[in-house]
Amino acid sequence: MRILSAIVIGLIFGLGISISGMANPAKVLNFFDIFGTWDPSLAFVMAGALAVNIPGYRLAFRRPAPVIEPRFQLPDKRVIDRRLVLGSATFGIGWGIAGFCPGGALPVISTLEPGVLLFVAALIVGMLVARLPSTWFPSRGKS
Amino acid sequence: METEFTPWASLGGGLLIGLAATLLMVMHGRIFGATGILGGLLRFNDPGDWAVRAALIVGMAGGPLVFWLATGAMPVTDLPISNLAVAVGGLIVGVGVSYGGGCTSGHGVCGLARGSWRSMVATATFMATAILTVTVIRHVVGA
Repeated sequence: MRILSAIVIGLIFGLGISISGMANPAKVLNFFDIFGTWDPSLAFVMAGALAVNIPGYRLAFRRPAPVIEPRFQLPDKRVIDRRLVLGSATFGIGWGIAGFCPGGALPVISTLEPGVLLFVAALIVGMLVARLPSTWFPSRGKS
Repeated sequence: METEFTPWASLGGGLLIGLAATLLMVMHGRIFGATGILGGLLRFNDPGDWAVRAALIVGMAGGPLVFWLATGAMPVTDLPISNLAVAVGGLIVGVGVSYGGGCTSGHGVCGLARGSWRSMVATATFMATAILTVTVIRHVVGA
């Protein structure tokens, strides 16, 4: 049940990404190119997602617990630290270079396009590099 | 290179992305963040949890196949940049989302929907640096 549910939910997400244009770096990069060949489409992706998910979460949190798992698992961190800001700033730079974010790229691995696979491989390497011992990256020490 | 403005497809895709995020919370009590899902898949400490993450990614990769069944074509993944830029961008995204604790789906779609201040700061930050990066690459460096 858990697995079947996760596959169906993943499928809905992957189909949404496919329809939305988030898996097309040419389109994503144009969304960021406000002073050039601007394509505002992707603002509609975020608007659509939030239009469902804001009321969706409100309904979800009326329940004492999720349907399958025993409890909700939500991030409890509240502080806005250097790690959050610098990490997010770094992500934006990479996103602006390649035009793929993780959620945009993961579904389209099934296209087997070499560029997509190269991006996802590099993404995984980057995520593993970020896990190297914190002494290698002093700024990671706290938080 | 211009891309076609697709408000309806992008809105429709966004609605599905939001639906997937809501369903994952209602059914499993979890945030739908591509970074978190992939990051957990790269750890092997909890087999049950690992299977759910793997199922989500399998489902996500099925999205383009459903898209193909419906339209007769895979979603477009046009990368108008060099392979080197794809690899470098992927590495930077991987490091950034790990330190920033999320990407467009986790911070953007889910964090904003639950009113998280951390996610608002993260989303504003990565959108700003992505716009800055594309602007510098295309209009200052002129690549």
